[in-house]
Amino acid sequence: MRTHYGDADVTRVIEELTSRIASAFDPSGDLTLVGIRTRGEILAQRITRALQARNFTRIARGVLDITLYRDDLSEIGPKPMVRPTRIDADIDGKPLLLVDDVLFTGRSVRAGLDALSDFGRPSAIRLAVLVDRGGRELPVQADFVGLTLKDVPRDHRVNVRLGEVDGRDEIVVEPSK
Amino acid sequence: MTTTETQRWTRKHLLGLEELSADEIVFILDTAKGFAEVSTRSIKKVPALRGRVVVNAFWEDSTRTRTSFELAAQRLSADVIDFSEKGSSVSKGETLIDTARNIEAMGVDVIVIRHPASGAAHLLSRALRCSVVNAGDGAHEHPTQGLLDVYTIRERFGSVEGLTVAIVGDVANSRVARSNLWALTKLGAKVILVGPPTLVPRAFEQLGATVVHDFDSVIGQVDVIYMLRVQFERIKSSQFPSVREFTRFFGLTWDRFQRCKKDAFVMHPGPMNRGLEIQSDIADGPQSGILTQVANGLAVRMAVLYLVTQAS
Repeated sequence: MRTHYGDADVTRVIEELTSRIASAFDPSGDLTLVGIRTRGEILAQRITRALQARNFTRIARGVLDITLYRDDLSEIGPKPMVRPTRIDADIDGKPLLLVDDVLFTGRSVRAGLDALSDFGRPSAIRLAVLVDRGGRELPVQADFVGLTLKDVPRDHRVNVRLGEVDGRDEIVVEPSK
Repeated sequence: MTTTETQRWTRKHLLGLEELSADEIVFILDTAKGFAEVSTRSIKKVPALRGRVVVNAFWEDSTRTRTSFELAAQRLSADVIDFSEKGSSVSKGETLIDTARNIEAMGVDVIVIRHPASGAAHLLSRALRCSVVNAGDGAHEHPTQGLLDVYTIRERFGSVEGLTVAIVGDVANSRVARSNLWALTKLGAKVILVGPPTLVPRAFEQLGATVVHDFDSVIGQVDVIYMLRVQFERIKSSQFPSVREFTRFFGLTWDRFQRCKKDAFVMHPGPMNRGLEIQSDIADGPQSGILTQVANGLAVRMAVLYLVTQAS
């Protein structure tokens, strides 16, 4: 199994992901891109720019903090900092694309869907992820996937690092600490 | 990734700010920022404490703190029970610990307690298994008030470090003053305590504050003027001159306000004695943060209830 994808790979994967998204939506229609904090937010920014380069003109953006909607709050361990959710546009009645870095158990996406329902009722919600690593614990599937990794052991993590917060772009499969 | 992104919060209770580090205070303030956004939504509720029970146990009167804790718990989807001393078995002679243990036995996750005795929250935290949040104990501490005040100052000035804050009036009887003193000095502000010697003893200098008995001598150099309520219910008559004399020397009058820095920020924990420690038009004016303090209190208390229940 390949365990490292560098800068050029990440750029290519995002480009392919964007192509799949672009062919599924109408460039002249409304589309809201909402990223799940932290790296989903950055991916949503990059995908937005790439879609705008393909003449998508009516894109609204938002960022979702799902900490308060997680179902593992009672488990022991460090918790992520609670940060604001920011969705400036009205999401009612328009298609919405939820963006995250890695799809694993499906629990983050479930939390994200719960959070979104407090903000409105999009006409449809689609899911785009940079990496699908399998291992679902809930019936959740992505509509758009950049990279599919098969047979990642459960005790391994798939870490997506992005230049804006990590200093470089890479996808790494590594044992959990 | 910033270091605070997955920082571990370890405190099951919030009893005072004296025992918190500067990092812990900043962590609560940053968390509160995340919660402030919830109150701007059309659906002002998150499921973080769904199925948890929060009890408001108040042995003293309160408007702001009690309502604020109740609303905070509700916005986190917790169930809230209100316990007040009046009309309870406390009047039949039940002790504080017995009362609290009985409330806890019903399956409570957090007790928010206000009590006239200093140390009441500490006492309960040792006797109970659930989380205890101090909502004011005697003249000791009122930690969530101190937190919401530094949150408000931070929002206004961007940072607390390097600011000069005057806390004015009945410092000796004030738990608000003590919690603010701890929070402000830990975050790097200079604190000047102002009032007559009977209400601002020199002993406070040992806690890192400057003690001044002449308000006018410092009025021109402070960034924040924090007016305390004159607590008639706690003051002994020998400590206090007369209302007129107090207002003349230590009240925030219009005349005195003219000599402040142009962007001086005025705060008060409420309830105000209008015309006594603070003139009405200053309290309601553009430089007053008094209602902002109340609004921020909600976000801060949501953060505190959330953190104590997630402690690990």
